[in-house]
Amino acid sequence: MFPISRRAFMASAAALPILTVPALALTESSAKALVDRVVAEINQIISAGGSEATIINRFEGIFQRYADRPYIAAYALGPAARQASQAQRAAFSNAFGAYLTAKYGRRFREFVGGRVVVQRAQAVKNWVEVKCVVQLAGRAPFDVTFYISDRTGRDLFFNMTVEGVSLLLTEREEIGAMLDQNRGNIDAVTANLRRMT
Amino acid sequence: MMPTRFLSRQLVVLSLAGLLGACAAPEISQTINDPYEEQNRAVHEFNKQVDTAILKPLMGGGSGGDGKPGFAMRTVGNFAGNIDTPRMVVNDVLQANPDDAAHNFMRFLINSTFGIAGLFDPATAWGLPERPSDFGETLHVWGADEGAYVELPLLGPSTSRDTAGRVVDFFMNPVRLAVPTPERYGVTAARIVAAMTSRSEYGEAIDDVLYGSADSYAQTRLLYLQSRRFQLGQTVTAEEVDPFALDTEGF
Repeated sequence: MFPISRRAFMASAAALPILTVPALALTESSAKALVDRVVAEINQIISAGGSEATIINRFEGIFQRYADRPYIAAYALGPAARQASQAQRAAFSNAFGAYLTAKYGRRFREFVGGRVVVQRAQAVKNWVEVKCVVQLAGRAPFDVTFYISDRTGRDLFFNMTVEGVSLLLTEREEIGAMLDQNRGNIDAVTANLRRMT
Repeated sequence: MMPTRFLSRQLVVLSLAGLLGACAAPEISQTINDPYEEQNRAVHEFNKQVDTAILKPLMGGGSGGDGKPGFAMRTVGNFAGNIDTPRMVVNDVLQANPDDAAHNFMRFLINSTFGIAGLFDPATAWGLPERPSDFGETLHVWGADEGAYVELPLLGPSTSRDTAGRVVDFFMNPVRLAVPTPERYGVTAARIVAAMTSRSEYGEAIDDVLYGSADSYAQTRLLYLQSRRFQLGQTVTAEEVDPFALDTEGF
């Protein structure tokens, strides 16, 4: 017996060209276009300034629209995700997103008055890295890199590094430490994250 | 001066001897190598207590009110930074990096003259920000492995390679050899103030790591190793993540 029915084979063959339509694929220029939009919004926020709450709020908007939030949450939770139920994953993801935007939004205030400039995009394996430089008065410029993937069907950033320090690694370490403190109890970590925001 | 010079020569020879054994590929496959974690954690607790008791409270006093260092502290910081620049030039030369050597040398010239003996830092404003360099980096360029992670009392996170580098930097500093003893204490004092200035400048970031994270030791270690490797232009293969290779169902 032929393992695949003819109909299934024909269907998959027909589907193949659709999957490889180049317009949908992630390219260096599509990734750069995304970061251009993100950076334009960031520059708007840091030139407008305002209260901490305003800045965190606007930063959250960027995160909602341009970040691959499920990926970042899943990465931060790490291997502990294997034992988590769907409900636990959803609750963690929610609390983690709020914690993340509050934490980085607060730090974002230090960029006020500065400017972010997009440098160049480079395809690496199955993602694209877009290098930017942050210019702050009286300080040496520093590097911020966005990592873009089209995993979800849309171009979104799934990681960023500041002077080589990765958001994903930092948060996996942080969540890992919380899991250790709570003897691996994901619900306790989720509650802990809620308290922190 | 004889004894110190002799000692410094001995130290260079010693660390070079250590190097020969350590010569290896610069690519790192291991993310964190921390065999002394227990001792390191004890030192970390001590450093954190020093920060809580001394640095953090002092930081408020020296700041310009907005959490940023005030004028006096910035000036002393500039002075200490300028005095440190010849050492960086020496390391740039040892690393066969004429670009950075020239860059940092120009900085030293500009700040020593227009910057009034280094009290101000016009070079940064004119597009010549510091390109930090140290003997730990020189050892890296020469092929030394990073070694084990260590947290040093008062000095903070380092690696065995970078600790050896710090010792050599201390004795190799041309300023140390040029400046007579009483003035040298002034330089040391300026350095201490400079360290406090950066504690104040990065105040919130440091507070976040030391007091805001679940395990400040682990976060400090990760932060240091990542930024150090970035500074040295190293990539850690194990740290790369494949965006498609993760189960995100439900998140």
